[in-house]
Amino acid sequence: MNTLLEPFGYGFFRHALMVSVVAGGLCGLVGVYVVLRGMSYIGHGLSHAIFGGAVAGAALLGGAAGASLGVEFYLGAGVFGIGAALMINRIARRRTIGADAAIGVVTSAAFAFGIAIISTQTGFRVNAEAILFGNVLGVTLVDVFVVAAVAAVIALTVFLQYRQLLFATFDPEVAEVSGVSTERTDAILALMLAATIIATMNVVGVMLIAAVLVIPPVIARLLTDSFHRMLWISVGVGAALGFVGVYLSYYLNVSSGATVVLTGAALFAVVYAWSAVKGRRAMVDALDAHQ
Amino acid sequence: MDPLIRLEKVTCRYGKEPVLINVDLEVNAGDFVGVVGPSGSGKSTLLKTIAGSIAPIAGRIHREKGTAIGYVPQVETVNWFFPSTVREAVLMARLGGRVMPWSSKADVAEAESVLERLGLAGLGDRHIRELSGGQQQRVFVARAMLRRPKLLLLDEPTSGVDVRTRHDVMHLIHELHHDGLAIVLTTHDLNGIAAHLPQIVCLNREVIATGSPRDVIRSDVLERTYGAPLEVLVHGGMPVVVEQYPGYDEEQEGARVLPLREGHHEHPA
Repeated sequence: MNTLLEPFGYGFFRHALMVSVVAGGLCGLVGVYVVLRGMSYIGHGLSHAIFGGAVAGAALLGGAAGASLGVEFYLGAGVFGIGAALMINRIARRRTIGADAAIGVVTSAAFAFGIAIISTQTGFRVNAEAILFGNVLGVTLVDVFVVAAVAAVIALTVFLQYRQLLFATFDPEVAEVSGVSTERTDAILALMLAATIIATMNVVGVMLIAAVLVIPPVIARLLTDSFHRMLWISVGVGAALGFVGVYLSYYLNVSSGATVVLTGAALFAVVYAWSAVKGRRAMVDALDAHQ
Repeated sequence: MDPLIRLEKVTCRYGKEPVLINVDLEVNAGDFVGVVGPSGSGKSTLLKTIAGSIAPIAGRIHREKGTAIGYVPQVETVNWFFPSTVREAVLMARLGGRVMPWSSKADVAEAESVLERLGLAGLGDRHIRELSGGQQQRVFVARAMLRRPKLLLLDEPTSGVDVRTRHDVMHLIHELHHDGLAIVLTTHDLNGIAAHLPQIVCLNREVIATGSPRDVIRSDVLERTYGAPLEVLVHGGMPVVVEQYPGYDEEQEGARVLPLREGHHEHPA
C-alpha cells in the first residue's frame, strides 16, 4: 500500500497530478467541440503555431534555456496561438477555402516564422524538449493555478454560451437564421482552443496535445448519443486519463505526456471493441424481435 | 393589415455573383407560398433573406414587429451522427432568456407538447438517427415550432423522401397552415407539391411569375424559369407538367431510355 501511495509524498508529483487532471478535463471539454466540428486537425496545427511562437518569444525576449517555461514563452505562444486561431477562423469562413486548408497554411506559416526568427539569433539555445514533449514533473504551484484559472474561464464561457455553441456546432445554418452569430461562436471556440493548448503545453507537450484533445471526446461519443452526456463523459475521461497517465509514468519511468496519450489510446481500443460487440448484440436482438 | 414580410427590389449576392435580383415578395398572415425554380436559382437564399440571416446589398425588407420566424432546413444537410436526442434537437431552438445551460421545466414541457402534437410523443430520448424519414423531418419542424413562429420557412421539406413520407410531411404542413401559420416552402416537385399550393413563386434569381398554380404552371412561364421547354397538360382541372428527358423514345412501346449515344459510353466496347 505504501508503495502505491509513495509518489504522493512528493510535492512535484502532487503538482503534476493536479495540473494533469485539470488539463485533461479542460482538453476533454474543448475537444468535444473540436471533434464534433470535424476539426481534429486544428489541435495539431495550432500546436505547431504555438511552438513557433513560444521559441520565437524566447529568442526575441531573451528567455532562459531552463527546463520550465518562462513568461516569454507564454507571451510568444499566446500571440502566435491566438493570432493563428483567429486567422484560421477568418479564412475558413470564406467558402472557397476549407478549414483544413486554412489550418495548413496559417499554422505552417506561423511555425516557419518562428524558425526563421530563431535562425537569425546567433548563439540562441532553447530547451525545446519541454515544449515539444511536456515537462509535467517540473510544474510549480503557480503553473497549477494558471491552468486552473484558464480552465475556470473556459468552463464559465461554455456554461454561459452553451446553447449558442451547441446550436452553431450542430446546425450552423439554422443557428444563424435563429439569431446565433456563428462568427462570434466560431471566434469564441478558436480562442478557447488556443488558450487550452497554451495552458496545457507544459503537461503533454505540443506534439501530443492533439491526441489529448481528440481521444476523450471520441471515447465519450462511443458511450452516448446525447450531447450533454458526451460533454460530461469527455471531461471525466480527460481528467481520469491525466491522473492515470501521470501516475503510471512515475512507475514506468516513461514521459508523462506519452503515458497519458497511450493510456487514452488503450482505453479507446477497449471502448471501441465494447461498443462494436454491443452494437452487434443490439442488431441480433432487433432481428430476433422482428422474426 | 400589414404583411408579415415584404421584400422590395431585394438583391443579394455571394461574392461577386448575384443570387437574387430585384425580388419583390409579400407574405401575409395565413399565406401558403411555394417557391419553385431550378437548382441555383436562389430559393434557399430567398428563405434565408426572409429569415434575416442574409443581408441584401440593395432593396428593403419590412418585417412586421414581433414576427417570429421558424426555419426548417433540408434534412439532407443534417449531420445524423451528431450526438443529439430528439428532445435536445428540439430544445436547441430555445435560445434566449435563460442563463443556465439546461432547459427549464416549462421549456421541456412545451417541447414535449410540440412533439406530441407532431406525432412524436415518447420519442424524446431517441437519437435523431433512429427515426424514420418522416419523423426526422417532423423533429426539425418541432424545433422551428418551439420558436412560436407566425411564419414557417421550409427548405425543400420533401426532398429525398419516398411518396408516403412526402404525403405525411405535406399533410402536417397543411395542418400547421390551417392552425394559422403562414408557410413559405421551396420545392423541386412541381406536380406533387407546387400544383397543390394556393400560391407559387417562380424564381430564377429574379421573380419570373407569381400566382396560383393555374396562373404560373404554364409552358411559357416554366420555360422562362427553367430555361428548358416543359409541356403542361390539364388533368381534372389541375396543371400537370410532363417531364421528358433528352434521348427518351416516345415512339417505342413501353418506357425505356435510349442507350447513350456512341462516343458517350464510359467504357466503349
